[in-house]
Amino acid sequence: MAALPPYASTGQRLWYWGFRAICVAVLFFLIMPILVIIPLSFNAEDFFTFTKGMLALDPAAYSLKHYQDFFSNPDWQQALRNSVTIAPVATLLAVALGTLAAVGLSQPHVPFRGAIMAILISPMIVPLIISAAGMYFFYSRIGLQGTYWGVVLAHAALGIPFVIITVTATLVGFDRSLVRAAANMGAGPVRTFFKVQMPLILPGVISGALFAFITSFDEVVVVLFVGSAAQKTLPWQMFIGLREQISPTILAVATILIAISVVLLTVLELLRRRSEKLRGMSPG
Amino acid sequence: MTQATADQAKGSVLAADGTPLKVSLRRALRAQKLRALMLIAPLLAFIIVAFLMPIADMLFRSVENQIVPDTLPKTVVALEDWDAKGDALPGEPVFAALHDDLVVAAEAKTHTRLGSRLNYEDSGMSSLLRAAGRGVRKMSADEPYEAQFIDMDKDWGDIETWRTIKLYSGAYTDGYLLNAIDMQKTVDGPELKPASQRIYVMLFLRTMLLSLTITFFTLLLGYPIAYLLAILPLRTSNLIMILVLLPFWTSLLVRTASWKVLLQQQGVINDLLVWVGLISDANRLVMINNATGTIIAMTHILLPFMILPLYSVMKTIPPSYLRAAKSLGANDWTAFWRVYFPQSVPGVGAGAILVFILSIGYYITPELVGGTSGIFISNRIAYHISISLNWGLAAALATMLLIVVLALYWVYDRMVGIDNVKLG
Repeated sequence: MAALPPYASTGQRLWYWGFRAICVAVLFFLIMPILVIIPLSFNAEDFFTFTKGMLALDPAAYSLKHYQDFFSNPDWQQALRNSVTIAPVATLLAVALGTLAAVGLSQPHVPFRGAIMAILISPMIVPLIISAAGMYFFYSRIGLQGTYWGVVLAHAALGIPFVIITVTATLVGFDRSLVRAAANMGAGPVRTFFKVQMPLILPGVISGALFAFITSFDEVVVVLFVGSAAQKTLPWQMFIGLREQISPTILAVATILIAISVVLLTVLELLRRRSEKLRGMSPG
Repeated sequence: MTQATADQAKGSVLAADGTPLKVSLRRALRAQKLRALMLIAPLLAFIIVAFLMPIADMLFRSVENQIVPDTLPKTVVALEDWDAKGDALPGEPVFAALHDDLVVAAEAKTHTRLGSRLNYEDSGMSSLLRAAGRGVRKMSADEPYEAQFIDMDKDWGDIETWRTIKLYSGAYTDGYLLNAIDMQKTVDGPELKPASQRIYVMLFLRTMLLSLTITFFTLLLGYPIAYLLAILPLRTSNLIMILVLLPFWTSLLVRTASWKVLLQQQGVINDLLVWVGLISDANRLVMINNATGTIIAMTHILLPFMILPLYSVMKTIPPSYLRAAKSLGANDWTAFWRVYFPQSVPGVGAGAILVFILSIGYYITPELVGGTSGIFISNRIAYHISISLNWGLAAALATMLLIVVLALYWVYDRMVGIDNVKLG
């Protein structure tokens, strides 16, 4: 199927190209909505569609004014500040606790491993609206609702399953005799962890961190309920913008977020290759 | 030393420090288990406090009804002997107890909260109790309270008012949960609400139906892509994989925003169709703020979650099976349908359940592009939390949704195993 054999019949040829046409159409469906946002964000008018000038590639029809608005509007700037102060702290918390637990979970003898795993993964399974409702009720009881730390704790809890999954996956390929060798040469458990284990599982830890970061950075349902106006993040501001008065600044923000995703995706892909190389799973 | 020699005599092996090897090994194993648990403990504690306790609190709130017995302690006790099924109003002692309770409640201003609580069950209770809170102070202890209450508002002489109070007098109630499945408490036990008030079962069914439709479309679009990824050489398929992963990594709101831009009546797709001449300018398609909008946007958003599990299964199907089938005389279709497809079924199952679980709890996208006909049960939960403030009902609806999701998740775990979830 990979290549068309010379003896293929007309029907087979038709299907071969027909199938590829279908795939191209689906891939177009996947990627087009993301690409269409980018040129629209440079629209000189406050429209959400291509103006005649844009189609004629008239430079006057393009402008950076929506970007200017993003960087000067206090609402968006406050949202950006909140996003960059919440996500890294939530990530740090998720990675520190998650890596520790993943190391524990990958030991050969862990009692109740299945049950513990189910509990730790549960924030990923439960629909966000349910987590948000529960956290809203419970955090208002203990005075965390509407506070910075409430949002950070909630986001850390949502990011933890990703850290657990990626780090335990990396630890599967980890050679435990290295730990014994380190212990044999007189290293304590802490030193063994930081000098031997950590460098080897670092790609998994970093990709877990990226997942946790993007979970918090993109999250809107939980922050809508657990946060108050003072914790308004970028996705929250976008949500309001989309629901009430849809302003073209959203397209500029969306373009910036797409650029961030491209960077994250590239970093992850490089990490994956490095991790496979370290574990000897692929020759390249 | 004598102990050791005795053990040696029995033939058991000793460790270096003289303890029997079995004991020593068991001790080492226990230490190992303890160490593993110590490493996990901080995270476990964190998840329990930050996540599991909130969920437990929500489950608790779906049955909790403390406010009625707390605000009307004497009335609740006095009502115990009253037969709600009969036609007679409760006697004077109940009205006297109600008077005493309301005097205390009006002092503490808790009667209005009780009013809004009971108003969820019987509209009119809120104003009735607010007025009563003002009225009780003027009542005199010399005349019968029953006549004074009925004089103040004739609803106090309505047996339905008393039935409502009696039905919801317990500290815990199944009322919210019954409400979430369109039933109500009556003196004759739970029964279905009148047809005009049934909304939640229909909303649950619509959520399921839309989720099934979305799952079907993601499968329809995802299967060819996963197949293409599996048969192409690694270098090419990695490039295509980027096209799949980029939407996966792009913010949910960015993708929802772009669908809003594309599907609007003055949006890109309608403009294009008018320009091509397929539709006239007056008949622009309505593709947003209805179920169509939800289905299109969510199919796009959840498509990577279908492609990735499908691909990871298809990658493991040896291409030689297809060649073998063909060399044994099968045509292309038979070879695919009888040999390839059955082997890809685990991937289809995993992807379908994953997409279904994710879509059934979706909130943001239906809220933004769903209008009224494309909203899900989650939107109703959010509405009850932040607008109608009926938290008990919100918790009950969320509990129902949680049960459905956990049941599906159990199936997923049996089929795929949670440890096999792959990311990226």
